[in-house]
Amino acid sequence: MDFKDTPEEAAYRAQVRDWLTANAPKHGFPLDTSKPDYMPRAKVWQAEKAAAGYACITWPKDWGGQGGTPVQNVIYAEEEGPYQTPSALFSIGLGMCLPTVMTVADEATKTRFVGPAMRGEEIWCQLFSEPSGGSDVAAVRTRAVRSDDGSGDWIINGQKVWTTGAQFSDYGIIITRTDPDVPKHKGMTMFWVDMRDPGVEVRPIHQMSGGSKFNEVFITDVRVKDSQRLGAVGDGWKVSLVTLMNERLSVSGVRPPGWPAFLDAARATPEAMQDRALREKLADWYVQAEGLRHTRNRTMTALSKGETPGPESSIGKIVLTDYLHDLSSEAVDMLDQYGIIDDPALSPANAAPQAMWVGNPGLRLAGGTDEILRNIIAERVLGLPGDIRVDKDVAFKDMPRGR
Amino acid sequence: MNFDFSDDQKFLKAEARKFLEANSPTTRVRTVLNDDATPHDAALWKAVGEQGWLGAAIPEAYGGLGLGHLELCVIAEELGRSLAPIPFASTVYFLAESVMLAGDEAQKADILPRIAAGEVIGALATSEGPGVVGPATVGATVSGGWLSGVKLPVTDGGIADLALVLAKENGQAGLYLVDLNGAGVSRETLTTLDPTRDAAKLTFKDAPAQRLGAAGEGFPLLEQVLDRAAVLLAFEQCGGADRALEMARDYALERYAFGRVIGSYQAIKHKLADMYIKNQVARSNAYYGAWALNTSAPELPVAASAARIAACEAYWYAAKENIETHGGIGFTWEMDCHLYYRRSRQLALVAGAPRVWKERLVSHLERRNAA
Repeated sequence: MDFKDTPEEAAYRAQVRDWLTANAPKHGFPLDTSKPDYMPRAKVWQAEKAAAGYACITWPKDWGGQGGTPVQNVIYAEEEGPYQTPSALFSIGLGMCLPTVMTVADEATKTRFVGPAMRGEEIWCQLFSEPSGGSDVAAVRTRAVRSDDGSGDWIINGQKVWTTGAQFSDYGIIITRTDPDVPKHKGMTMFWVDMRDPGVEVRPIHQMSGGSKFNEVFITDVRVKDSQRLGAVGDGWKVSLVTLMNERLSVSGVRPPGWPAFLDAARATPEAMQDRALREKLADWYVQAEGLRHTRNRTMTALSKGETPGPESSIGKIVLTDYLHDLSSEAVDMLDQYGIIDDPALSPANAAPQAMWVGNPGLRLAGGTDEILRNIIAERVLGLPGDIRVDKDVAFKDMPRGR
Repeated sequence: MNFDFSDDQKFLKAEARKFLEANSPTTRVRTVLNDDATPHDAALWKAVGEQGWLGAAIPEAYGGLGLGHLELCVIAEELGRSLAPIPFASTVYFLAESVMLAGDEAQKADILPRIAAGEVIGALATSEGPGVVGPATVGATVSGGWLSGVKLPVTDGGIADLALVLAKENGQAGLYLVDLNGAGVSRETLTTLDPTRDAAKLTFKDAPAQRLGAAGEGFPLLEQVLDRAAVLLAFEQCGGADRALEMARDYALERYAFGRVIGSYQAIKHKLADMYIKNQVARSNAYYGAWALNTSAPELPVAASAARIAACEAYWYAAKENIETHGGIGFTWEMDCHLYYRRSRQLALVAGAPRVWKERLVSHLERRNAA
């Protein structure tokens, strides 16, 4: 038992480190997202990364990858993390959309899109969630109907929501309902769409935390060729599972803020740290943070041995959001009346606790709510039955619906 | 990254499980539970000794197997899972570890081979009354090699041969070895929340005592001993907590209410998911503790504290929610649920309550953060 890289991993890490040392600093990261040159500069970085073979390490060599291991991918992410690169901009495309394209699309489509996406020339988004389908992703109401002009084209109408990066994206993969007369999971079909189509309107969502990372996407009479179909008609759900499976495989190289940030903030109110109840909570958060860190080490170990990681990695998001919620709330309260101030110039730790506090409700929802994640642990890890489904054998159009 | 047990260690774990399933089923645990005259499972104790487990981490030079502490961790997990009603922790985690840590050559040569051979049962005697053990609570005294005072509760005090007793000599605290079968020692059995484990009140009147370690080093040594024990106990707790979760899961899959298995209701599913989450947080912290223990890393006090806090929380939660999941039948004497519930408390208190460990952890973090 140790935390060391294998000789092969150490060699790879050294190679990555050398490359990053030589190439990352000159870009002046982190880039200012509000500047007009943000996107072009981010794309320059991505192109360099792709040329060096680090854009899609685990992809097959035929498609510009290195045929590398998941561990190499994590090593790269760990080493790149401290440079604060804009790589996240490309992660939905490269982590989810393109793997889907590569799995189900024809050769011409793959050849057309894989390279430009990898080099950062084209950005992709994922058009799955809808106003009436959050946790129930399959409750898709966006309709794709065959054009009656005999062209074989499809006309898409509907609305997507919580689409990350739609405002920057050139293309998107979109799940649509093509047959409302069959049960929910059976009548869906996946396409790729051109986000520059005049029928695609992207509107930013103003989050309760103030920012606008996500978008609503309105799709009005967008015509797509049948060749833009990803997978067979009616196979949309199966195809979307390919996408979502790739989401689960990603192991983050980013370390979340936590108790060290709290201790820093606590320097402003030394007397609060004498409080016994607060000290006990701090111990609890530390234990949670360490639990996550070492659960991740267990996952990494399995990957390093070429094994499939155990189900323990499924606890990560629940543990993280739970303790960050508690931690940020206590960190704000610790300042007493002053805690209400969220001006970085006035608040201890640049108002990080306040920012965390107001952002946490979103963190709990993104990538699966706490409730859905608990269902997943109960069903897939512990083998408990799925919920009773009233929508299983009912045609989608006959399903009861609210707002 | 190799943050896992080796194949050999996993094999040892699998063998230990098989052995304990055959030799320590809960039906056997119940003979200790139900019979006041049976303070521990003597046959199991003998068999465990024959397996070599008592000397797993004791060097070969002292009659042990000379394996590392990682091997001891996997054994501990299986002992915890099976609720083995034997004085393993008292003898191995407390006594043997203390002697290996601070004993002089003569003490090691005298005590360790006898532990490895299963000839000595150990006990750690620090508490004298309600509240956290500290310099102010130590009333036992040593003078001229004779120890006097009262200790309670002493886990396995009723069956132990050799105790490690916290006492003061010239006003300085130390840990002293006392032969419990010798002169000046009387024992009274105590009833506790966990009748599957022995506990006693020990009264010493001029009992011959031999100091372990340097004079005045009682508390620093005790902290080291507790750090090491905390990791091993955490594995016992992980084993018990996982078993409690399995019981709850199995019952949730066979019990019907309102026309469906109760495991299909989200209230039950989410409860069991929470048990799983806490158990995994405990396991990951315990693994880190195992690494720190096995490598004698400077992180040991922090890692051991985190392992203990997480394990106490996980076992407590799993044990109580296991009863809740079983409903009324879970509250009966005949159902095994209460055995885990009781043991979760025994393990949470035997090396000091979690609250104390939380304070220790935060103090360490503050020092580290200030540095």
